[in-house]
Amino acid sequence: MSTDAEILVIGSGPAGITAAAIAAAHGRNVLLLDDNLAPGGQIWREPTTAHPEDRDDARRKALFSLRASGARVWSGWRVFDAPRERTLRAIEDSSPDVHTIDISYQKLILATGARERFLPFPGWTLPGVFGAGGLQALARGGFSVAGKRIVIAGTGPLLLPVAAHLRQMGARVTTVAEQASRAQLARFSAYLSRQPGKLLEGLQYRAATGGSRYKFGCWPLAALGADKLEAVRLTNGERTWEEPCDLLGCGFHLVPNIELPSLLGCRLHKGFVTVDELQQTSVTNTFAAGELTGIAGLDSALLTGTIAGLAAAGKAEETKLLLRHREKLRRFAERLNAGFALRPELLQLAQPDTIVCRCEDVTHASLTAYNNWNDAKRQTRCGMGPCQGRVCGPATTALFGWHTGSVRPPLFPVPLSAMGARPQR
Amino acid sequence: MTSAFDVVIVGAGIAGCACARELADAGVQVAIIESQSPGSGATAAGMGHIVVMDDSPAQLALTKFARSLWQKLSADLPASIEYEERGTLWIAAEEDELAAVQKKHAACAAAEIRSEVFDSAALAEAEPNLRPGLAGALFVPEDAILYPPAAATALLHAAEERGAQLIRGTVAKAGHGAITLADGTTLASDHIVVATGADFHLVPWVRLKKRKGHLVITDRYPGFVRHQLVELGYLKSAHSIVSDSVAFNIQPRTTGQLLIGSSRQYRQDDLAADSFVVELILRRAYLFMPKLAALSATRVWTGFRAATSDKLPLIGPTHDPTLYLLAGFEGLGITVAPAAARLLVDHLLARKTAIDPAPYLPERMERAEAVLA
Amino acid sequence: MPDHVTITVNGRNLRVKPGTIVSAALLAAGIPCRTSKSGQPRTAFCGMGICFECSVTVDGIPNRRTCQLLCRPGMVINTQ
Repeated sequence: MSTDAEILVIGSGPAGITAAAIAAAHGRNVLLLDDNLAPGGQIWREPTTAHPEDRDDARRKALFSLRASGARVWSGWRVFDAPRERTLRAIEDSSPDVHTIDISYQKLILATGARERFLPFPGWTLPGVFGAGGLQALARGGFSVAGKRIVIAGTGPLLLPVAAHLRQMGARVTTVAEQASRAQLARFSAYLSRQPGKLLEGLQYRAATGGSRYKFGCWPLAALGADKLEAVRLTNGERTWEEPCDLLGCGFHLVPNIELPSLLGCRLHKGFVTVDELQQTSVTNTFAAGELTGIAGLDSALLTGTIAGLAAAGKAEETKLLLRHREKLRRFAERLNAGFALRPELLQLAQPDTIVCRCEDVTHASLTAYNNWNDAKRQTRCGMGPCQGRVCGPATTALFGWHTGSVRPPLFPVPLSAMGARPQR
Repeated sequence: MTSAFDVVIVGAGIAGCACARELADAGVQVAIIESQSPGSGATAAGMGHIVVMDDSPAQLALTKFARSLWQKLSADLPASIEYEERGTLWIAAEEDELAAVQKKHAACAAAEIRSEVFDSAALAEAEPNLRPGLAGALFVPEDAILYPPAAATALLHAAEERGAQLIRGTVAKAGHGAITLADGTTLASDHIVVATGADFHLVPWVRLKKRKGHLVITDRYPGFVRHQLVELGYLKSAHSIVSDSVAFNIQPRTTGQLLIGSSRQYRQDDLAADSFVVELILRRAYLFMPKLAALSATRVWTGFRAATSDKLPLIGPTHDPTLYLLAGFEGLGITVAPAAARLLVDHLLARKTAIDPAPYLPERMERAEAVLA
Repeated sequence: MPDHVTITVNGRNLRVKPGTIVSAALLAAGIPCRTSKSGQPRTAFCGMGICFECSVTVDGIPNRRTCQLLCRPGMVINTQ
């Protein structure tokens, strides 16, 4: 099966939706592909069950624009290979019938976003422990959190929104533990005050988390429980205490999903895709927008998506007015990431018997015998499981400074039939 | 750097590591030089199938000897090598291949290797996920599987425990009593063993050809395949000197993941995975096991094998009295490593050998060329 | 629109609200998705299709991620 598009957009988070909508609104034949059940990506994830009304105007407007633009939107498709020049291969396998398709394009916009970074600590594999965004996503998928005691821990601008959403769904979020110190965040907040929109957002979230203790400079030492989570041991560096809870949502900021850009040969800098003012990558006809180019939040995703969509649609001149704002947001991103920089104590949480690679149950102790990713992977199987290093890769980068190796297809596990001909009968 | 070593081995792949262990065991001062990481080259690309191969008497003798050495080693080496005596099923797809099954069975019997002929029903019972209607198979129960990178490092550690020394460095020149590293330092040694896998730039006069292979690994499906399964046609593929080919070859790992191969290509110089070759491998595999199509693939990787023109490896001295080879193992590097190491060390220490080393001596190549000249 | 969907998990019936994803259903029922290599029970973790902890056998097909899979009437789930 094959199809083609003038402009192919991969990833339907805020950046991808915006890019696709604006390019299609300018008359281009646009196809927007995403592997989730519906457009929205992570922060605009659509709840699949009945849900308290979202007051998210930006999201509603963007989705409306997308629908009105005429862009084709395919949900549930994931890209796993780039078999030829200007062709991506994707798979849809929600049913036992597997569908693969080769999509040819003239221009490609990569908006594959970011995922949470997970750091290992004792007990993090216990049932009841989730990523922070993960817990929210599961709640939106019908996991009832009403009445459950929840601790949110880790770092990053997502912790507060996650806590707020969970509270809206009836959970008792007892504590939000942000590892960044008050001083570190104060520097970031001072910058924030020059961006009034963001400050307001912050305050809204604070209000929504009313009833939760928000603690700076506080991080998890261990998740405790026999067969499942019963409590979280937290510390602020001086005092250590245990907080009984039912669920723990724990994530340490975000890392970009650079697997597809890497496969295509896009140049990276410090782990992000490098782009010019028009969001063009080092690969011709290939653009990148959103968190791929730097963890910078919603406004930046919307703006870079706009620029990429306009540029891909041949309307580069319309992006000139946006450049100054782009520069401001880029500087915001730098401050953001400095604000949530990981403290060294987090890299010491894992004990020798703490699992680092969850797919293969490789412990911290087994990994310390090696000084690079490839040797560790080859000898311990760390990174050789189905997650293909998406969880343990960023963890070992943070813990040991390792850089994971080159990327090969398939980018996700796919049925063998997707890699070749169907079987003969 | 002067040499405090009696023997210097270049290359810490499985052959070099096996050699280091043999030498260290015998009290010889040995150094082993590696430019990347132990077991990271051809060793890491291999399937890890320990198999007796009967395409020639010399091949059969060498692989039988090697397999018995692995059986002993498996008791001494740590569990990380994941040694399992799974056995091989050589599969005959059609009736007209059953004669080849019988021939192989007879060759095994003559060499005192246990084997058993399976008819169609017995094969289906042994491997329920094979398609019905395959003609039969030869079961070789004592063939085994292991995880090659772990086996190489385990052999190396055993060698280091007995005094062998690993040196990280890139060798630029080797021979005539000296090794020169890329950084200019030299080691003097009267006994230099080149065991560099598919990279033979140090010995350009040796006639070796690179044969590229692809493997696909699946997610975990414990019990889906129970033995190493190889089609009888594999031998034809492995032993064609000039053409590219694929052959059905599948291995279950302890994790329950399946390794699916195999391919051989000449005239390929880079390790990029070729989806066309992967498709050919899979199409061939579906002829034997159509149910594979629904399994999840997590990774594809490639590697080079080093092949000689007569399909036997090069084990022993060269025209340079200080230079020895452990090379040209083609697809049998993992299997043959301990036997090649033993033969070479027997030669170095003037010990009696368990099998005749003549068929594998490098000088046979030089003689053959002299004849052609 | 029916007021519930019935799926089968390890032979037992489970009733869930329409629009519930499979890993949410398993979490609500307290059933782990899989047993790890060293024997630990695991449930969905990342919620976004990355970690594969939520892999179960769905309608006979093993290693299916369930954090982006909606419960369908009659779906047969076997944990791994």
